[in-house]
Amino acid sequence: MESVVHNHWSPLLGRLWWDAVPTEPIVLVTFVVVAIGGAAVLGALTYFRLWGYLWKEWFTSVDHKKIGIMYMVLGLIMFARGFADAIMMRLQQAMAFGGNEGYLNAHHYDQIFTAHGVIMIFFAAMPFVTGLMNYVVPLQIGARDVSFPFLNNFSFWMTASGAALVMTSLFLGEFGQTGWLAYPPLSNLAYSPWVGVDYWIWSLQVAGVGTLLSGVNLIATIVKMRAPGMTMMRMPVFTWTALCTNILIVAAFPVLTAVLCMLSLDRYLGFNFFTNDFGGNAMMYVNLIWIWGHPEVYILILPLFGVFSEVTATFSGKRLFGYTSMVYATMVITILSYIVWLHHFFTMGSGASVNSFFGITTMVISIPTGAKLFNWLFTMYRGRIRFELPMMWTVAFMLTFTIGGMTGVLLAVPPADFVLHNSLFLIAHFHNVIIGGVVFGTFAGINYWWPKAFGYKLDPFWGKVSFWSWVVGFYLAFMPLYVLGLMGVTRRMRVFDDPSLQIWFVIAAIGAALIAVGIAAMFVQFGVSIMKRDQLRDETGDPWGGRTLEWSTSSPPPAYNFAVTPIVHDIDAWEDMKRCGVQRPTSGFRPIHMPKNTATGVVLAGLSAVLGFAMIWYIWWLAAAAFAGILGYAIAHTFNYKRDYHLPAQTVVETEDARTRQLAAAGA
Amino acid sequence: MSATTLDAATPKASPAQITAAFYDLNEHDHPEGGSTMLGFWLYLMSDCLIFAMLFAAYGVLGGNYAAGPGPKDLFELPLVAVNTAMLLFSSITYGFAMLAMAKNRKGATQAWLLVTALFGMAFIGIELHEFAGLIHEGATPMRSGFLTAFFSLVGTHGLHVTFGLIWLFTLFVQIGAKGLIPANQRRLMCLSLFWHFLDVIWIGVFTFVYLMGML
Amino acid sequence: MSYVRLPGIGLGASFMCSTESHEMPRPPLLPPGAANPARPTVRIFAALALSGGLSACNTVVLNPAGDVAQQQGDLVVMSTILMLIIILPVMALTVFFAWKYRASNKDADYQPDWDHSTQLELVIWAAPLLIIICLGALTWVGTHILDPYRTIGRIDAKTPVAHDARPLQVEVVALDWKWLFIYPEQGIATVNELVVPQGRPLQFKITASSVMNSFFVPAMAGQIYAMPGMETRLHAVMNRTGEFTGFSANYSGAGFSNMRFATRSVTDADFAKWVSGVKAGSRNNAGALDRATYLKLEKPSEKVPVIHYASVSPDLYGAILDMCVEPGKMCMSEMMALDAKGGLGKAGIRNVEMLAYDKYGREASAKANANPDAAAKRELAWVRALCKQEPGQAPDTTVKAPANPRTLTGAGLSAPQSVAWDQGADPAAHSPLISRN
Repeated sequence: MESVVHNHWSPLLGRLWWDAVPTEPIVLVTFVVVAIGGAAVLGALTYFRLWGYLWKEWFTSVDHKKIGIMYMVLGLIMFARGFADAIMMRLQQAMAFGGNEGYLNAHHYDQIFTAHGVIMIFFAAMPFVTGLMNYVVPLQIGARDVSFPFLNNFSFWMTASGAALVMTSLFLGEFGQTGWLAYPPLSNLAYSPWVGVDYWIWSLQVAGVGTLLSGVNLIATIVKMRAPGMTMMRMPVFTWTALCTNILIVAAFPVLTAVLCMLSLDRYLGFNFFTNDFGGNAMMYVNLIWIWGHPEVYILILPLFGVFSEVTATFSGKRLFGYTSMVYATMVITILSYIVWLHHFFTMGSGASVNSFFGITTMVISIPTGAKLFNWLFTMYRGRIRFELPMMWTVAFMLTFTIGGMTGVLLAVPPADFVLHNSLFLIAHFHNVIIGGVVFGTFAGINYWWPKAFGYKLDPFWGKVSFWSWVVGFYLAFMPLYVLGLMGVTRRMRVFDDPSLQIWFVIAAIGAALIAVGIAAMFVQFGVSIMKRDQLRDETGDPWGGRTLEWSTSSPPPAYNFAVTPIVHDIDAWEDMKRCGVQRPTSGFRPIHMPKNTATGVVLAGLSAVLGFAMIWYIWWLAAAAFAGILGYAIAHTFNYKRDYHLPAQTVVETEDARTRQLAAAGA
Repeated sequence: MSATTLDAATPKASPAQITAAFYDLNEHDHPEGGSTMLGFWLYLMSDCLIFAMLFAAYGVLGGNYAAGPGPKDLFELPLVAVNTAMLLFSSITYGFAMLAMAKNRKGATQAWLLVTALFGMAFIGIELHEFAGLIHEGATPMRSGFLTAFFSLVGTHGLHVTFGLIWLFTLFVQIGAKGLIPANQRRLMCLSLFWHFLDVIWIGVFTFVYLMGML
Repeated sequence: MSYVRLPGIGLGASFMCSTESHEMPRPPLLPPGAANPARPTVRIFAALALSGGLSACNTVVLNPAGDVAQQQGDLVVMSTILMLIIILPVMALTVFFAWKYRASNKDADYQPDWDHSTQLELVIWAAPLLIIICLGALTWVGTHILDPYRTIGRIDAKTPVAHDARPLQVEVVALDWKWLFIYPEQGIATVNELVVPQGRPLQFKITASSVMNSFFVPAMAGQIYAMPGMETRLHAVMNRTGEFTGFSANYSGAGFSNMRFATRSVTDADFAKWVSGVKAGSRNNAGALDRATYLKLEKPSEKVPVIHYASVSPDLYGAILDMCVEPGKMCMSEMMALDAKGGLGKAGIRNVEMLAYDKYGREASAKANANPDAAAKRELAWVRALCKQEPGQAPDTTVKAPANPRTLTGAGLSAPQSVAWDQGADPAAHSPLISRN
């Protein structure tokens, strides 16, 4: 397809003009479907008068549990979008052989693989881990909320605003055609002149601010809000991994912010950070983006390591093997993740010594990671393993992640990387660890904590359908890519010559279809479970025989989490309490200090999205207005000193009495 | 590790005693804003990293004059020295504001804040003057990698000071309205951290960009 | 004797691919239409029996035609085997524990409080550590020996490079979206066709015109990025004759998928014949490649057929690398020489036009510079006069292969400073911004 020149600009609408509406039939159809679907959802919300409820109880809520659930919903929606991209790519690559151009032109296909990467990492995986941490961490440490509840709400809406910008690009303009990290010079104005890269910049910039603030929030929460007696070495492992993850976030996301600013300055004002001429240096971009990018990988995986630790201990009915070494392994990974970034570009021509240094540091990470695997293994050893869904995902993870880890270490050997870099082998590798680790871990986490969040378990039948479709589909979809990589096939290709490759792509496409079944089964599982919630109901608040504090409160927990703050004496605090036969206090409740809901987060994040949109389309007046709005609203917000209230003791008494009756009825 | 546990679980303990060992029955409200200083400190560290990136960019691009002017051709050390003095003075006066706050003297706190703001505005004014001069001569950030990195680093610092000033005036009004209540004291502490942090960054800028550029 | 070759074990073959493709080398990527119609069915079965060993695949990475790629492929196999030592037991134990300690098996030992064992902890940290120590050593040695900047020391496992052997130089330029190969010795150039003599050391100097690409011929040697204004190096040798495929392994825009080029490895005689054929202008001939022709060629285009140039301007590659092919441009090397001396001061502030390469878009800057005015020319002449005083500044970053082949086994390998200034080798080296960190 010939590149179309978009050079319309008007003061009122900037670059936004009729040519921004996509004419590609596939996008048009998608647009119509989404428009109808969106109208149906909005109509239903209006018809059932849910707007007020959503606004009051959810959008403006500062309750970490509700924010956590909103993160998960956002992640699931964006995961579906990212997966739609994936299946389109698989279809294209399975078709486009021997002169067949497939059904996607370069302009469309290149956007799809860029969007797939961006969406899956930033708007699916990140909301998943942030959502899990948000929901679980305060409960696990016996706290009533996070340190900065308003900031939490604001962070969520910033992430959602970033996602909204990405979705807008589907129907207005284009997304980047640069790959998910948008290396210059390709992402410079000279080679990507229209709005694609700007959408990329602003969606990540807006979401990145949210992630950073949520990182600050959770560190402060874990450091300052732990229940009495919970020393650092008594924290649940999930909380430990959350702490390390958030340290990584605070120490890595500013780098992303800075490098995005630099690219913006190059694109918007003609600066020379990464230009070919005038003394810019594109290699600096590659270094900087990966100094953020590699820790990002561990930001994603560490919390799920925590999930697996909780699940393995719970379903093996055993204390976690090697708690101390687990904690140290997590810390070692945290630190090492900062000195491996160069392994993403061994092929850029660094000297052999530099390359081998980064290769070896990368391999060293496999030592603590290996130790963790052994720890899970020996947690199962001499246990009584109940193969409920979370545990099934965990075993699938252990087997899958090991393979991905192995190919990862392989890629860390620079000469091996020279022949495998950017190949489908690499693609297979990181999907192997991200799906095997992050996605399986998220599903383990969802199945594990769903009863806590909603008071009933998820339907096991549809869960198993989903599980097996996913696991088989994953191997079918990605093992061929390893083979293709060894056959010298590189990533981001739209068409192929060699017909002998096609069969592998067809198998991969079948695998992707099976994964689609897995995803559909998961949504069916949610639906079925909601309908059968009375059969699946858990009255005890502790359906799995849990070991940590989140299981000591009711399901779903009251707004204040704990009527009386627990005191911790051991690692598995709740297991310890159960063993000692602790009875929960049923009287003597006091008023509880709670934060008030506020619309500020929604407003500020919404204005940020408008600012980003205006900048993308060069609508300068709107950008200025949005910026002034953000500043003004934020200042006005600081004049509100009454941000909290006391939940009356009477309310606590009523809630707790209801729970006492519920427990008695359940015979606990 | 579970010594306390066993104590609590010995048969002699009554259920009520066990409950008391595991639940904080006499809990008091957590002091409001207990995490604020830590949270703000974490934010500052992340901001520090943004500057670290800009310094790194300056380190990489600082010698790329693109056959144009270098630091020796452009910088006026006396002006920068005056500018540095402005910022350092503003830090001292902010310190006085904090001392006044500690003595709970609202008027003096406000007065010192105003003095700080004046120094801060002088700093911004001089910096803008310097930038305007450079741009007028044609030494724009678009001219070379060196100028790009220079304007970005110094400009980002300047933007921070500008936001610090907006924050300072906001606080000035809030102290006027509410007095030195704990919430305002906390905010003053945060702004104090922020302000001194910018001072430290400036020392780095002054040393690495200006002094070493002129040597 | 190679340090990574696994003589007689055959593990490489059993690991991924049949020995069939080893013994009967086929071109790794067949041209369209060459597929045997009977194969797909065979392949479906083979593919379905994924675990049974991918018998019909043609994994060029593990069975390449060049010694460098072969060593890299061997390293892949070797590292994999090393890791399998620990991976396989872990996976087996996972399955075994999951089965043995299932809740329904009441006979299995159950110790809910067993959570620590110093011996076990030692083992679970030490075992991966030992593997990584081995792998780390392998990495250090392998990375230095297979450094793409290092001239090759051997033709294959048995044949060291002759002392008087001169490598064939090929200058590679990644364009939007095709490849330009310049043979400076032969004075010819081609587009999308790389022909090399078998058994002769090859030295590639690689750059790009606009965005980043990666030069990759899997059958020959590992890839290395091609970046504008910078030069990377690659050393390799072809051990078999045959036709192979090369391509860009780094996404570079809309035409990226078709950035493929045929790579032919031929005998010395055939190579000479091919060169004289290109010079004689037998087919696909486009005459001489001078600056004007190049400027037309570098404009974005896709699916470009093979082009031969019977002659090429000797300074063209240097000018491409220096981003000063267009008239009226200041070369990068000139700019950097001036910068090293502290720039041109305020006097140089306005000389923007002669520096603009692609910042304002290639088209725009090309138009602006098509006819530089007299003032710009005067200024450029002045710059050139300034720069004349410092010739031959840029070091050649090629790393010399060790004189003693024994070092190829890792013995006596020089200490970390792998970059040796090699002044004598290439006086014409014209590499202003070598992308070495």
